[in-house]
Amino acid sequence: MKNRIPFKPFFATLGLFVFVSAVVADEEILINKDYVPGKEKPVPVSLSGFTGEAEAVIRLDLTVQGFAFTTPETAQYLLSGSANENLTGRAQDRFNKNMLVNKSYTGASLRRQAHAFVDDFLAAIGRKGVGQTKIAFRAGEGANSEISIADFDGFGAQAITSEKNIVAAPAWVTGHFALCYGSYRANHPDVYHHDLSTGRLTPVARYPGSNISPAPSPDGSKVAMILSKSGAVDLYVADLPDGSNLRQLTKSKEDESSPCWSPDGQWICFAGKINERRALWKVPAAGGAPVRIPTSGVSNPSEPDWSPDGKWIVFTSQMGGFEICVVPAAGGTATPLVSGEDPSWAPNSRTVVYVQRDRNGGRRLSLLDVPTKQTKDVSRLSGINSQPSWAK
Amino acid sequence: MKVSKLTYLLVIALALTFASTGCRKRPTGITDIKGSTTRIGEPGPTGIPTGRTFSPDPGISSQPGLGGGAQSGKYDPANCTQNREALAAHTVHFEFDSAVVKSSEKANVEAAAAYLKANPNVGLLVEGNCDERGTEEYNRSLGERRALAARELIVASGVEADRVVTVSFGKDKPEESGHDEAAWAKNRRDVFVVLIPK
Repeated sequence: MKNRIPFKPFFATLGLFVFVSAVVADEEILINKDYVPGKEKPVPVSLSGFTGEAEAVIRLDLTVQGFAFTTPETAQYLLSGSANENLTGRAQDRFNKNMLVNKSYTGASLRRQAHAFVDDFLAAIGRKGVGQTKIAFRAGEGANSEISIADFDGFGAQAITSEKNIVAAPAWVTGHFALCYGSYRANHPDVYHHDLSTGRLTPVARYPGSNISPAPSPDGSKVAMILSKSGAVDLYVADLPDGSNLRQLTKSKEDESSPCWSPDGQWICFAGKINERRALWKVPAAGGAPVRIPTSGVSNPSEPDWSPDGKWIVFTSQMGGFEICVVPAAGGTATPLVSGEDPSWAPNSRTVVYVQRDRNGGRRLSLLDVPTKQTKDVSRLSGINSQPSWAK
Repeated sequence: MKVSKLTYLLVIALALTFASTGCRKRPTGITDIKGSTTRIGEPGPTGIPTGRTFSPDPGISSQPGLGGGAQSGKYDPANCTQNREALAAHTVHFEFDSAVVKSSEKANVEAAAAYLKANPNVGLLVEGNCDERGTEEYNRSLGERRALAARELIVASGVEADRVVTVSFGKDKPEESGHDEAAWAKNRRDVFVVLIPK
């Protein structure tokens, strides 16, 4: 592994060269229209004046939100500034010459100022930036795992459990500084609600059998999860934080796994096998018959996540290896994007954090911009990391 | 005298100002050329302040009856001594992505049922496991179905249902750490653990 490192700069340079030649704005690219997953060209921007950590932050934030870097002559947006003790940033539209952002920042850290600058730029062109959002994930594996939270780019990672046991499947409670996750702390897999402000841990489901895969509702008042208390693996919903008002939503001998919610809270989507058919399904959160969500072109869908704007479902398909795929939320033709598993949408409904697996069982987090298929590893994290959840 | 007292107060006021701003991790503000003000704070996932203290170990253990349901009392694995040796020779193995107990494996399930019938005061924990190939939560669901499949057969043979409890470890507790079919075949399994109530 080590003797391959000297080749890296060569490939990086080559990659940059190919990139620059491909990214040229001959005409203005409309960026607020609906996108076609994997088919959009990155929006060309130029960067000048930024250095060091601030430049690295700006580059990562822009790359995973659909931008690529080029010269000022061929860019659609010109970003310039400086990053010494504090950050000064300007963003200008090269076509209409409008100054979109012109600010100097103080406070917090250079990193945060750089994230805020990119967010300001995105807000000025009518988009929602993710620069100051957080992810939760499972760090480690087996009985040596903990739940950690970090900035979305992996900075400031911090374990929020110290269980030295199996913990799994963290999921942010929307609008609250809280997580639901699975823990084997009482010798069986149970679901807990963890309020990160107070440290209070509340059992949500500790029924006989396995209590797994919690998914808080978009309003943070309920949780969908998989329980086996009836003697079969089925989908349930209950109130947060204490798991009261438990209701069973599916009844099958086959498996259900990985629930998620539609952003309006009306539907719960899950992966399952019903009538011998392995597919994505949705069931009304208030109860009712499951409806199949077709995913034409791919097989064995699992791990769905519904985009916050309601338009897409991202999921894992297993066809030999694992592929991150997206499909319109109503179902249709699925688009495979990159190798990986367990995707979670960012609040911008275009960036996804997911897991890449290596041959030796290692797993690492990566970021994917769905419209352009641009990816970046969350390289700040070391060791084995999986099951990311992007705070929304 | 009055002047020095005033100076003294000023010094204290200044010191207090430094103390309150100097120690603060939070930003002091933002200078906006355009005149709008934006603080670069430490916003949380959706503008919720973070950086607030949270306990890395909340210190709450699972107490029966504390809401969210409880495990099945007498045979809750947490309330029992576990004997992993008694039925160690009767681990049940599965085909890839299958929760069906093969006919060649049924003798192992029958051995567990016979042990329960011969020892009426013990329970049985069935631990379902998977190989590493599936995704994490799919495997946790599959492992539970494997454990439930053995439980169904044992209960069908006449053992009281509440004596047989299940748990899934997904792919978190492999028997073999290798990454080939030989290891995977060993890891797709139900492990029988005898539960002796304390």
